[in-house]
Amino acid sequence: MDEIDRKIIAATQNGLPLTPHPYAEVGKEVGLPSEEVMSRMQAMLDNGIIRRIGIIPNHYKLGFKSNGMTVWDIPDDQIDQLGEAVGQLDFVSHCYQRPRHLPDWSYNLFAMVHGKTRNEVLTKTEEISALLGDAVQGHEILFSKQILKKTGFRLQQPPHTPKEGE
Amino acid sequence: MRNASPVPVLDSINHNLINMLQGGFPISENPYQEIANKVGISEDELLWRLEVMKTDGIYSRFGPLYNAVALGGAVTLAALAVPEKEFERITELVNAHEEVAHNYQRAHHRSPTQFNMWFVISTETADEIGQVIEQIEAETELTVYNMPKLKEYFLELKFVL
Repeated sequence: MDEIDRKIIAATQNGLPLTPHPYAEVGKEVGLPSEEVMSRMQAMLDNGIIRRIGIIPNHYKLGFKSNGMTVWDIPDDQIDQLGEAVGQLDFVSHCYQRPRHLPDWSYNLFAMVHGKTRNEVLTKTEEISALLGDAVQGHEILFSKQILKKTGFRLQQPPHTPKEGE
Repeated sequence: MRNASPVPVLDSINHNLINMLQGGFPISENPYQEIANKVGISEDELLWRLEVMKTDGIYSRFGPLYNAVALGGAVTLAALAVPEKEFERITELVNAHEEVAHNYQRAHHRSPTQFNMWFVISTETADEIGQVIEQIEAETELTVYNMPKLKEYFLELKFVL
């Protein structure tokens, strides 16, 4: 990644223009032909700097008003296989292995479940529970009670770009 | 909380768009035209629908989602067990850090320690995560439980309406 990539990142991290030739538009902003913008973005997509290109839906606005962070205590030797299975469920938006902090915190698998109601989240959590079966040594759901802070999730600031106020 | 905001009514085309545009947007000269052809609408209509959905807050952003860690940054999830009567004061202390991107109050649970505050720390370098955690511990006199992701089990973000 070089200075030119950083310029492209700075120009696109808030989104692509909604105009017929968005990459040409980005090119104008950073002083590059659209071909170079496209080939650099394709390279960043291929090597994982760009995770995906698309829409980031607003769950809450779409009526998915309940979210539960489900947490599971899974034997270490089974977590990869079971984590992959949970990650594929269509109602799970994020699925991670995280460290235990014994004795205070024994859960090592986190799966974020979205639903239109609290009951829907509970039902979906039952589905995860059934999928995991006997491997579950303990689990619970942490429902969100309140958003205390939510800023536009700024990724790394390229150098020389002033930070945006929050 | 925005409990009053109504759930917008989406027609079947917008439904399709939300489901199909969560990844895989083309890198080409006329990407919107390609998507419009797939959906069976004109490019103008597609751009108009995307504008309206953006204005209505149906989606927050449309474009590349960059991987903070691949860019050299660092992200972690951290938890605090905050005594209820201290909750407001501690919230202010934690939120004052600009590296704290999201912070949620979560309901108590069965674990021996009752973690009720969960926040995401996002920094430009891995070292800064530890510094922010130390600062928050010093200010709040509470232990911050750092829970960075060790592995991600992830196919592609899919969100089916």
